[in-house]
Amino acid sequence: MTSLFEYAPAPESRSIVDVAPSYGLFVDGEFVDGSGTPLKTVNPATEEVLSEVATATDADVDRAVRAARRAFTRVWGPMRPADRGKYLFRIARLLQERAREFAVLESLDNGKPIRESRDVDVPLAAAHFFYHAGWADKLDWAGLGPGPRPLGVAGQVIPWNFPLLMLAWKVAPALATGNTVVLKPAETTPLTALLFAEVCRQADLPPGVVNIVTGAGDTGRAVVEHEDVDKVAFTGSTEVGRSIARAVAGTRKKLTLELGGKAANIVFDDAPIDQAVEGVVQGIFSNQGHVCCAGSRLLVQESVHDEVIASLQRRIGTLRLGDPLDKNTDIGAINSAEQLARIRELSDVGEAEGASRWQPACELPERGYWFPPTVFTDVSPAHRIARDEVFGPVLSVLTFRTPDEAVAKANNTTYGLSAGIWTEKGSRILAIADRLRAGVVWANTFNQFDPTSPFGGYKQSGYGREGGRHGLAAYLEGAR
Amino acid sequence: MSTDRLAVRKTYKLYVNGAFPRSESGRTYAVTDAKGAFLANAAWASRKDARDAVVAARAAAGKWSGATAYNRGQVLYRVAEVMEGRHAQFCEEVAAGEGLSSSRARAAVDAAIDRWVWYAGWTDKLGAVLGAANPVAGPYFDFSVPEPTGVVAVLAPQRSSLLGLVSVLAPVLAGGNTAVVVTSRTRPLPAVTLGEVLATSDVPAGVVNLLTGDAEEIGPWLAEHDDVDAIDLTGAPAGCAMELERLAAGSIKRVVRPPAEEPDWSADPGLTRLTPFLETKTVWHPMGL
Repeated sequence: MTSLFEYAPAPESRSIVDVAPSYGLFVDGEFVDGSGTPLKTVNPATEEVLSEVATATDADVDRAVRAARRAFTRVWGPMRPADRGKYLFRIARLLQERAREFAVLESLDNGKPIRESRDVDVPLAAAHFFYHAGWADKLDWAGLGPGPRPLGVAGQVIPWNFPLLMLAWKVAPALATGNTVVLKPAETTPLTALLFAEVCRQADLPPGVVNIVTGAGDTGRAVVEHEDVDKVAFTGSTEVGRSIARAVAGTRKKLTLELGGKAANIVFDDAPIDQAVEGVVQGIFSNQGHVCCAGSRLLVQESVHDEVIASLQRRIGTLRLGDPLDKNTDIGAINSAEQLARIRELSDVGEAEGASRWQPACELPERGYWFPPTVFTDVSPAHRIARDEVFGPVLSVLTFRTPDEAVAKANNTTYGLSAGIWTEKGSRILAIADRLRAGVVWANTFNQFDPTSPFGGYKQSGYGREGGRHGLAAYLEGAR
Repeated sequence: MSTDRLAVRKTYKLYVNGAFPRSESGRTYAVTDAKGAFLANAAWASRKDARDAVVAARAAAGKWSGATAYNRGQVLYRVAEVMEGRHAQFCEEVAAGEGLSSSRARAAVDAAIDRWVWYAGWTDKLGAVLGAANPVAGPYFDFSVPEPTGVVAVLAPQRSSLLGLVSVLAPVLAGGNTAVVVTSRTRPLPAVTLGEVLATSDVPAGVVNLLTGDAEEIGPWLAEHDDVDAIDLTGAPAGCAMELERLAAGSIKRVVRPPAEEPDWSADPGLTRLTPFLETKTVWHPMGL
């Protein structure tokens, strides 16, 4: 589609970030070598190797857990809660002060548009620390039972889609409640976690309170299975979530899981179509669809189907795909070659099973990992693209006639993380929200997050909540 | 006139979907009192019985979870009322099965009835205590409410045959879930009588399903059943809990692990048995003129 306006390139400068040629692990307040074979982390938009990052072996993870245990017993546990809070406030401020640096680094390592890392990921990460900082000395009033106590050492494993934000969701509540942390970032996006380690040093956070061990699946397994870990928190795929739930079975470890999703975005015929289409686009194409709560199934009322699809295609035609560091970019790079292969495979299956694929005329850069925004119509609930999480910029469109049918189709999934409702009628919003089996329901909006608002899934999307008063329970002994 | 009337003995059956079937397997097992004397033959539930019970519990879930909290509270209170009328019968069964003196058996039955009253009063307070209005940084009314998890499999305590059973079952129902319960293996008789109470207490059919038999045999089928949303392993036979938790991981079930040993059920239960079977739903409702 020819665009109404020509955009001049508007790249954010990457000179604000110093990416070191290699990084170690962050253990007990120091950067140390890892014993495993280092991993290369690449810029998915260019395939340029950004840095070489250490891999933590079982022995390295053990050192990190022991450091976390020492810090818990000697420093962080006994510390006045108000002082723990002050450290978190410091971290929040440092994240704000260094926001641009984090945003650029996140876009480089992850491939997401700078507009999102700058306006969403980094400000929300800072907000999570600011929010939880205030809880540190108010836990007695959280309504989670008398005398709430920390669990001890939290082992946390996070995904590559929101590297810094997921770190904040994990680390902030753990520290606020008095636990210490061993965190494993995703193998393809370790850099902002390592920059965060530097922030911990800048904040004079006592050594061992936060430990960061980089590596792939084996490192994550070592964290989860370590005997001296009291709490496991995981965000990632349902498949890995299952294996973690199996691994902690029979132990005393407390577990929270935030897993996959296949969210329905339900558009009723009275919805303001332009606004709904904007929300649907944002719901599935922001962050290239690498969002566990993405609105990957559009359920549109039959009477407005054609109008919605036409408007959707018009809007998608104006999305700009390309350099993640360009401030005008809407869709960045797919995070890895592996993920790109999965998106391609599932899209091919969609076509093979009889759905109709639509993609805008869209030039893809020659290097890097890219996939154009894609819409499937003529999708039946039995198709794999209606059931499996694609985790990419792929929208499956289904239709419904009555509210009952919309609810039945929306709930017809093993997942239950999120859902969207688009209608002008407030009473309908509440009635439909009541019947959806999903942990987060957005009405006339989508993909909104806030540290005060509990987030987490029903069914096979996991258990436990992150954010709000509810999120604290995951890190407190005997919390009800 | 002779007073030696020939007693009508009771047949103890399963309680599934509001009815009292025998096990489809045709199996029964002998139940004895604490001293080993024969009391009755109980139905020995099979895998098929467990699956039938899950189907019934799933079918009942919509209506029960959709009932108003006030209504659910009244239904649970009604269970206490009806139990009160069967007080003597429960005392006899508990005393025989658990080998308790009549005064201790009476205390256990009293506490079991009072436990229904306690949970009946919770149904319409959970939203206030566990819900929240979240002050998000945007033009939304953002609220969180507790909702039932769905179908809960309960392995009831092996020792406390009535008070323990009620202590694990009532919170599941108070939260709006439906239940498939495997009762104490060696002390199943009070559970069967409780089924008769439930059947006459306005508890809709399928909301509670009671299987007498062996948790070691039926537990794995419930733990890996994809239509079971959560499992309470409190009464899991020794050595089985870890394997059951592993099986439950297959469909990301919520799991309540067994305590090291069976607790003193007379203690104040608090909220600890309610929250594991509740989900938190957060709704972002737009604000605007």
